Amino acid sequence: MQNYKHSVSLDLSKCKGCTACLKRCPTEAIRVRDGKATINSARCIDCGECIRICSHRAKRALHDSLDEMADFKYTVALPAPALYGQFDNMTSIDYIIDGLYKMGFDDVFEVARAAEMVSAYTRMYLNMPGIKKPVISSACPVITRIIGMNFPFLVENLMPILPPIEVAAKLAREKALSEHPELSSEDVGIFFISPCPGKVSYVKNGFAGDKNNVDRVVSIRDVYFRLIDVMKHDEYPEKSSESGMIGIGWASTGGESSSVFNDRYLAADGVENCMRVLEQIDNEDFTDLDFIELNACSGGCVGGAMTVANAYIAQARLQSLKRYLPVSPNRPTDREIPVGFFTDEKVEYDAGFSLSSDRAEAMRMMGEIESITKCLPGIDCGSCGAPTCMAFAEDIVKNETNIDECTIIMRELFHEVLDQRRKKELSDKIVPPNKT
Amino acid sequence: MAENITFHFDVHGDNFSSAGEASQVVKKKLRQLGFPPDVIRRVSIAMYEGEINMVIHADGGDADVTVTDEDIIIVLADKGPGIPDVDLAMQEGFSTAREHIRSLGFGAGMGLPNMKKYTDTMKIDTEIGVGTTITMTVKHKA
Repeated sequence: MQNYKHSVSLDLSKCKGCTACLKRCPTEAIRVRDGKATINSARCIDCGECIRICSHRAKRALHDSLDEMADFKYTVALPAPALYGQFDNMTSIDYIIDGLYKMGFDDVFEVARAAEMVSAYTRMYLNMPGIKKPVISSACPVITRIIGMNFPFLVENLMPILPPIEVAAKLAREKALSEHPELSSEDVGIFFISPCPGKVSYVKNGFAGDKNNVDRVVSIRDVYFRLIDVMKHDEYPEKSSESGMIGIGWASTGGESSSVFNDRYLAADGVENCMRVLEQIDNEDFTDLDFIELNACSGGCVGGAMTVANAYIAQARLQSLKRYLPVSPNRPTDREIPVGFFTDEKVEYDAGFSLSSDRAEAMRMMGEIESITKCLPGIDCGSCGAPTCMAFAEDIVKNETNIDECTIIMRELFHEVLDQRRKKELSDKIVPPNKT
Repeated sequence: MAENITFHFDVHGDNFSSAGEASQVVKKKLRQLGFPPDVIRRVSIAMYEGEINMVIHADGGDADVTVTDEDIIIVLADKGPGIPDVDLAMQEGFSTAREHIRSLGFGAGMGLPNMKKYTDTMKIDTEIGVGTTITMTVKHKA
């Protein structure tokens, strides 16, 4: 995991070294050292919480540029359904699809269409014998990373079907190559239009192995500003959307679950809520559920850190956009899940949290952490650069910082010094009467 | 040979939603100590069930987890009503939890059986009107 490529990154020149991101990071991956934030790559899950909270805009999501369309002979846009909820006064998704062509894409393959297929395959998967329940959706890459890092026993519960982004990319490439036999696979550029840094990292790290068909990941924000320039409402668009209600429903929490047509499901969002749910499943605390949908972003994908609109406003817009759409026009006719739709990549458990590979040494360090923690004020203020006093104690024992960074302890020491000085000043002033 | 480490937790009886916090902290500590996932899971499930029991029946109590060279010892001590018939309580599905507890999804009668299932030894010391102390061990040396 040391070579994990992250989308979430830091602009040092803008970082003020405040404690906003430090306190917000759900995996305690951030420290402030020498007045600047640092991100621990092994712990970062690319959830984008720090991007949302940073008022200095020092945290940002790295992604590809739309200029890279020039690198390919033939380009295909893969809009995430969350894109459709970004625009005000939008009466039909057709304008957006048409706009993507006007931006210069040669073809558009809606991820919502692939989502409808994945929904159908999920229903089939849930009926297969011998599977481990509850089945956990593998659509949110932040959640799969959390499971890989913290919940080795839940890896088996992850749905082994390719997520919609991967299905869309695979079908889009096959379509381009069959419609244009003159093209080679390298000529085709598949551009995923992403709501979040999590999916950028997913693609950059090749999570789906050799099945990864996405070439570039661009942000909804970048596409938004190009689209509002080219979308014209004076003429009815030539191109049209092929998505249905189910596919577009995936953009917000509960959409994927409701498409399973089974009421034994749970849908949660927000990193911390999802972690609590996983914790309870791991404790075998609820057993009678079939399906778990977890979205790291509040509201679901519409809440991604690379979107423009407020998540809940986007969701309300999607509700009216999908109202008169067919339920699921992309539902496959297969009677079983085609072999190519299963992923053979297993999420691997990462045991990278131990203090030392030597148990006795780890025990010694733990003992030290416990005794240092008892001396610390326990107010988790973050001034030392660690998110909690406990994390600070761990950092001290790992020799990454020292106890003098605790401003509370320093303040007490400072008061003692001041007191002594005042006492001395006072005793110097009061000259004993017998000394003349 | 390393010195033993004990983690102490006050399990509060007044707050259902905080039940399970101690087992979560223990999980993190055991990961930092480099224990394999199956050992961590056994300890955290046994402890979670015990914690819930203390909240439901005994208005909380004390939880101590000690890590030694050989095993992980979990001691859960409460000043609750005590268990009148330990053999009966150990049966799967036997539950004295009231309806409002069951409506929260607890009280299915699997607590004590699960604690026994996931640990290597389990000892129950209980006295009516005085309290209950449960001592469980999970061996981590093969």
